Amino acid sequence: MQTNLSPEFRGTQQGATAEAILRKCVHCGFCLATCPTYQLLGNELDGPRGRIYLIKQVLEGATVTRSTQQHLDRCLTCRSCETTCPSGVDYGHLIDIGRQVIDERVARPTREKFVRWLLKVGLTSSFFGPAIKLGALLRPMLPKTLQNKVPLPSDIESGSWPTRIHARKVLLLAGCVQPSIRPNINAATARVLDAAGIQSLVAGKAGCCGAIRVHLNDRPGGLNDMRRNIDAWWPTIESNAIDAIIMNASGCGVMVKDYGAALAADASYAKKAARVSALTMDLSELLPDLVSALRTRVIASSQQLMAFHSPCTLQHGQRLLGGVERHLQSLGFKVEVTLSENHQCCGSAGTYSVLEPKIAYQLRDRKLAEIGRLKPRCIISANIGCIQHLQSGTSIPVKHWIEILDQAIV
Amino acid sequence: MPQTEAQVAAVLVACHELGVPVVARGAGTGLSGGATPHRFGVILSLARFNRVIRVDPLNCLAVVECGVRNLSISEAAAPFGLYYAPDPSSQIACTIGGNIAENSGGVHCLKYGLTLHNVLKLRGFTASGELIEFGSEALDSPGLDLLSIVVGSEGMLAVITEVTVKLIPKPPVARCLLASFADLEAAGNAVAAVIAAGIIPAGLELMDRRMTAAVESFVHAGYDLNAAAILLCESDGTCDEVEEEIGHMGAVLKSCGATRLSVSQDEAERLRFWSGRKNAFPASGRISPDYMCMDSTIPRKRMAEMLRAIEAMELKYDLRCANVFHAGDGNLHPLILFDANDPDQLRRCELFGAEILEASVHLGGTISGEHGVGLEKLNSMCVQFSPLERQQMIAVKRAFDPKEILNPGKVIPTLHRCAEYGKMTVHRGLLPFAELPRF
Ligand SMILES: Cc1cc2nc3c(=O)[nH]c(=O)nc-3n(C[C@H](O)[C@H](O)[C@H](O)COP(=O)(O)OP(=O)(O)OC[C@H]3O[C@@H](n4cnc5c(N)ncnc54)[C@H](O)[C@@H]3O)c2cc1C
Ligand code: SF4
Ligand code: SF4
Repeated sequence: MQTNLSPEFRGTQQGATAEAILRKCVHCGFCLATCPTYQLLGNELDGPRGRIYLIKQVLEGATVTRSTQQHLDRCLTCRSCETTCPSGVDYGHLIDIGRQVIDERVARPTREKFVRWLLKVGLTSSFFGPAIKLGALLRPMLPKTLQNKVPLPSDIESGSWPTRIHARKVLLLAGCVQPSIRPNINAATARVLDAAGIQSLVAGKAGCCGAIRVHLNDRPGGLNDMRRNIDAWWPTIESNAIDAIIMNASGCGVMVKDYGAALAADASYAKKAARVSALTMDLSELLPDLVSALRTRVIASSQQLMAFHSPCTLQHGQRLLGGVERHLQSLGFKVEVTLSENHQCCGSAGTYSVLEPKIAYQLRDRKLAEIGRLKPRCIISANIGCIQHLQSGTSIPVKHWIEILDQAIV
Repeated sequence: MPQTEAQVAAVLVACHELGVPVVARGAGTGLSGGATPHRFGVILSLARFNRVIRVDPLNCLAVVECGVRNLSISEAAAPFGLYYAPDPSSQIACTIGGNIAENSGGVHCLKYGLTLHNVLKLRGFTASGELIEFGSEALDSPGLDLLSIVVGSEGMLAVITEVTVKLIPKPPVARCLLASFADLEAAGNAVAAVIAAGIIPAGLELMDRRMTAAVESFVHAGYDLNAAAILLCESDGTCDEVEEEIGHMGAVLKSCGATRLSVSQDEAERLRFWSGRKNAFPASGRISPDYMCMDSTIPRKRMAEMLRAIEAMELKYDLRCANVFHAGDGNLHPLILFDANDPDQLRRCELFGAEILEASVHLGGTISGEHGVGLEKLNSMCVQFSPLERQQMIAVKRAFDPKEILNPGKVIPTLHRCAEYGKMTVHRGLLPFAELPRF
């Protein structure tokens, strides 16, 4: 589409990136069909095409208002629109720029500022783990909204971590919230990989992948998270000890795969970042290897139907669709996906469920209703955020698929 | 953004009283600017009217609200082995209300008819906010057939809120035949030959190489990228019927110079073949920052002539054109590729488009196949219709909407607009529309 950037953005790096993306959009509206917020709210401005226009107007010098900011806030960054877009519009990067530009121009109410700050600092800090442990104990006394965010005491048990040494090694990102609220996911990952002859290394200094800060519009803070992780991993990468960096939370995976692009302008990190991104894989990308190594050791219950919810960060962000269910089925598990709306976000979307609870819970219930039609005994997914969010609305257990595989190995 | 009929009526009553223009809006996928806001008007978005009210498999019909997406109707009907036949390429997003307003077509329309032929009943509101119904659940209704006037009226006669559509049984088998051609003209002639052989395929579409190349990178359909043009021919029916028709079509295409034929081996492959066609327009965003999608019709047998004329225009205006046609219907969609940031390209593109429309009329066709007139083709209406014909259209509009508040300024050009347009395109000293008064 036509663009006419205002002098303020013309010639800047940010302006050039945004313009190249905008020019690809041919405003056909196909993306409205799969956008969760448009489907829910029916307002063009709460759909991808409307948001693209809003961002375009801002970059073309229109006055920015609080209402513009809210329409962008309501976007889940699920990137379903990208999967649908025949023209290849890179919406995810555009909305990042749009949000940043708008936040520099529109002040947020104090309460909102505080919540955002709390999320940014709280979720990624070293106090998060102990706080969650305390929260789990006090869970019955907490108000409902907080209860939804705090795991059950039984969720925070993890089992043992394998100690065998294998020639084939991978780096595993432990993540920031995952070790505290579902430590079993990392332990199960390490155990399954161990059974398949792969050793998992965790770099102690690596932490949050940066997504939390980036999506709360603290780009510099997010870039620092990335640099810290790169530094933590670099010695291992340089020594050629590993053949992949494995992500068992698809939300982190999509971020780490983008390090190369995010740090492209940072001369001292660009090369390393690109290498890190190239090495990064979602855990499910290892499934072909796992299936062949474990085929004889897995006893799958073919009676128990499981519903797989594919996180947006897996199917849209990383374009990995169909792999988990196909491979688990080939091991004898009974796994199905919803008949319709399989592409739809569950509403978790990182910190979204805290910032936009109304939409988040509507989407969660819609997703659970779709899943419910399958009558599953268990729901499985591939991202801690989705797992936690879905679990808050159902009594059916919600797990990471690796935990199922872990339990089935004899 | 009303959610109930009472709210729609209330908006209309208020706007009617105050003389405020009202522009109804579905999904905004229209390609002629029909839903473009009016400077002094309100947009009545019908996106929230998105419920499928009922599917009646016994009577093969569905009652849906106007904001339901075209594809959702077929999805809702699927469990009963039924579907809604008209399938615009935008069916994933466009609403049935928009389809009614534009009398939209699609791949299946060659065999199963346009929107008009698949709608039984409409319910909506007049400009003054009065409830009005057109047609009935029976195939014919007593009195004047006003349903046919409202379908294709581009939001100028009434706001539609509820639609009853016909559903038809899903054919047991459907297969798609891809035929490659070494030049566009041969492909154009093959289209005419298929129909002349007495075959009505369930879809007959043409794409040229520019188009297949753009779309292949998105859908990986497996198109023959060496072919100058490909034809997609669908056959549906019972197993025997399909086998026979595919054989027959293949023979005709071969005799017209097809260099390669391939038939879809399973449903997934068939859908992939079509997905390329359905995503063709927006996929051109991959090869050009902007495109102008034209929509005209010509008699089928003149397809090759038209393709040659477009090639000449590409040179004349120094712009590329990608072609994708509902070839079986003689409905052309040349996509003129341009860069809107270059004002001269935009100007050349508009002239290019106008010349395609004029050439279509000249070859015995029309200026609009299925995308409507909207704002885009106001000028070209003067090429197609005489002043008297246009006066009659205005009379129909006023009979429904005397105050002219529904989508004003679209579809029917005023006299002075034609005169201005005439002033712009004086060719070889001949004054067009010489009969019009000049100011
Ligand atoms: C990529 C692409 C491919 C396309 N392919 C095809 C195709 O194959 N065949 C085809 O025919 N068209 C095609 N179109 C055009 C377009 O999708 C159709 O015209 C469609 O019917 C428009 O529906 P909409 O809901 O988007 O309507 P809008 O664009 O929102 O509105 C179109 C017109 O309908 C009026 N309107 C909308 N809803 C109502 C209502 N409830 N009551 C009264 N008036 C109303 C509006 O006022 C406007 O004049 C395509 C468009 C795109 C972008
Ligand atoms: S589908 Fe792509 S090109 Fe079409 S409006 Fe959406 S972002 Fe733009
Ligand atoms: S990222 Fe998701 S919520 Fe945001 S515009 Fe795209 S589809 Fe809609």
